Amino acid sequence: MSRSILSIIGVVVLAMVVTACGDTPAPTTSDAPGASVDASEPPATSTEAPEETAAPEPAPTDGRLALVQERGQLICGVNGSLPGFSFLDDSGENTGFDADFCRALATAVLGDPEAVEFRALSADQRGPALQTGEVDVLIRNTTWTVSRDTAWGLFGPTIFYDGQAMMVNSTLVDATTLEDLAGATICVQSGTTTELNLTDQFSTLGIDFTPQVFADIDPTYAAYEEGRCDAVTSDRSQLVARRTAFESPDEHVILEAVMSKEPLGPVAPLGDDEWFNVVKWVVFATIEAEELGIDSTNVEEMAGSENPVIQRLLGVTPEGAEPFDSGLGLEADWAANMISAVGNYAEIYNRNLGPETLFNLERGLNSLWTEGGLLYAPPYR
Amino acid sequence: MTPEPQSVRAATVPPWRDVRVLNIVGQVVVIIVVGLVIAFMVRNFESAMSERGLGFGFNFLGRSAGFDISESPISYSSTDTYGKAFLVGLLNTLFVSFVGIILATILGVAVGVARLSPNWLVRRIASGYVEVIRNTPLLVQLFIIYFAVFLQLPSVGQSLTLPGSIFLNQRGLFLPAPQLNESFPVWLPFVVAGVVALIAARMAATRLEEAGRPSYRLRSAGLAALLLIPAIGWIAVGGSPVGADAPVPERFNFVGGLALSPEFSALLAGLVLYTAAFIGEVVRGGIQAVRRGQVEAARALGLSEGQALRLVVFPQALRIIVPPLTSQYLNLAKNSSLAIAIGYPDLFKIGQTMANQTGQPVPVIIMVMSTYLAISLVTSLLMNLYNRRIQVLER
Repeated sequence: MSRSILSIIGVVVLAMVVTACGDTPAPTTSDAPGASVDASEPPATSTEAPEETAAPEPAPTDGRLALVQERGQLICGVNGSLPGFSFLDDSGENTGFDADFCRALATAVLGDPEAVEFRALSADQRGPALQTGEVDVLIRNTTWTVSRDTAWGLFGPTIFYDGQAMMVNSTLVDATTLEDLAGATICVQSGTTTELNLTDQFSTLGIDFTPQVFADIDPTYAAYEEGRCDAVTSDRSQLVARRTAFESPDEHVILEAVMSKEPLGPVAPLGDDEWFNVVKWVVFATIEAEELGIDSTNVEEMAGSENPVIQRLLGVTPEGAEPFDSGLGLEADWAANMISAVGNYAEIYNRNLGPETLFNLERGLNSLWTEGGLLYAPPYR
Repeated sequence: MTPEPQSVRAATVPPWRDVRVLNIVGQVVVIIVVGLVIAFMVRNFESAMSERGLGFGFNFLGRSAGFDISESPISYSSTDTYGKAFLVGLLNTLFVSFVGIILATILGVAVGVARLSPNWLVRRIASGYVEVIRNTPLLVQLFIIYFAVFLQLPSVGQSLTLPGSIFLNQRGLFLPAPQLNESFPVWLPFVVAGVVALIAARMAATRLEEAGRPSYRLRSAGLAALLLIPAIGWIAVGGSPVGADAPVPERFNFVGGLALSPEFSALLAGLVLYTAAFIGEVVRGGIQAVRRGQVEAARALGLSEGQALRLVVFPQALRIIVPPLTSQYLNLAKNSSLAIAIGYPDLFKIGQTMANQTGQPVPVIIMVMSTYLAISLVTSLLMNLYNRRIQVLER
């Protein structure tokens, strides 16, 4: 046995030597980013791509924007198990706030809200999925933090300002503040900022607790509902959303305490500024549209507006003027298409989380800056 | 045909038809091909890493982990390093694997023997168990055991209370933990004296037996000494040297004592039930491979059914059982990584969290893989040593 191990080690060492010698001529492989990204795509596109790169003029087909347009589909990383944000409805459609932002991006880039392939990712999977470029964008209730910003990808503007909260079953646990939970067992999902905040918060308060950590979102809430934990912690929006799926939602109360800032936003892979700009401005355009009063019902009328701000956003060129070029590399009327297909921020919010829905979440911080919220889009000019 | 022309012909075989040369060339070619494949993969990995801007390093191991772990055999807090968190995961994996291997072996042997039982009912139950467990995925079994069995136990308020301060509820099994009191060091010499007396009595008894004289009195005297001397010491010391730290119900849960979490229990139960079904088949095969004549000879000597199994069949079956048993042990250790599904903080689970928090999946995965590899290699090394020992005894 030991001899076979020795020979395996020998081969590995040999391989190391071979690669070490072959390190310098590496540049030959460095011009294949498109090809290696393609390895993770469906075979249909990967057969086309090499021809494309081998073609005499490969200059513009470099970035992810071109890649997505070539593929004709946006690969959007979502949660998939979070009602209100992204969740399969009765007809098998991915619906929710995050899913709608995926559709908005697809409409802006491809002109078709249905040209999205949703990838359901667990909290642990989402970082690597971005780093390897498996998804074009991650819109998966992901909190913006400095280490994620540097390691995972570029965070776009926050689409949902959230805060961490704690939920308890009021029939079993009598608690109104975090201090009342001293000694409790708390269910939390791993690979989340909430897992870290929980530890920070409780050690700051000097309270003992036992974490019960699950890798997936469903077991986390199932174990809590079964009574394995005294409390469960996550973003307030997520607690509200998951509570609606409980057997007796009224028994579960969310404590007032806000344990952290949780700005949730879209994330684009590192190192592609052009694509990152597109992601950013799609979000800004939904906010700007709400501020300007443009929604999916009146977007056609608004196109006839004399207001130059609205004209620029909707890509309308007044007679005798130079067409406005945003520089994003999208069609001039992308925002108009997007608003008519998906709607402005308020429509997306109300459709998925607003008073008409089970969740009935207050807009709160997620109101326009003009209404005391934090949504503020830079000028589109 | 004279031998001379033959040898001349042999000497003139060209190298491309010489078997010895061809053998060496073949092996060299294989080594080169394998080396090139590995080199290609390493190169591909390196270029992919640099292209995506993923750093590669193990510096993060010294940084503070920042996450808590629900259960740990050593003291751990969120301010400890990633390296320590990884160690906690490793210890949890080793713990569940070790206990799992012991229990799976016991249950597996029982099942294997039961499969061959002359009793119809026992035989049918054993084979039903084997077929059901062996033909369903372990992950599914774990979910059922965890969510449908352990989490359905009574809540903390309505805990099942067993005699001796043992409590069972959906938060786990709570046992009193042994606790050493102040008088323990004084009592310890009595225990040592008892053990020494037992060993001395046994050695003397063996000597008597070799001389062909009865020794049972000496043997029982040794046992009596083992029990009596510490008992006298217990009374002499005054105040019990070993106490029990019983679990006490508090606001949310029991505190103190030994606690076995439902995650650990469910994982252990799943691994044991699953692996024991395979071990049962290995044992059955091993027993059936012992020739029928051996059993008949044992009967003819007047050995009972049990004695024949223990003294004649089993020692011979072992040499057939051990190699496949080794691979079942390896499977159990590797399957323990399914702990991630039910929230037991094992090596893989902690590794996933580390990969996520540090943004360094590749180094972490390499660490996790090489750790599992090391565990498996050590296990099979030990089992091979054991195998060699029983093989030598055989002849």
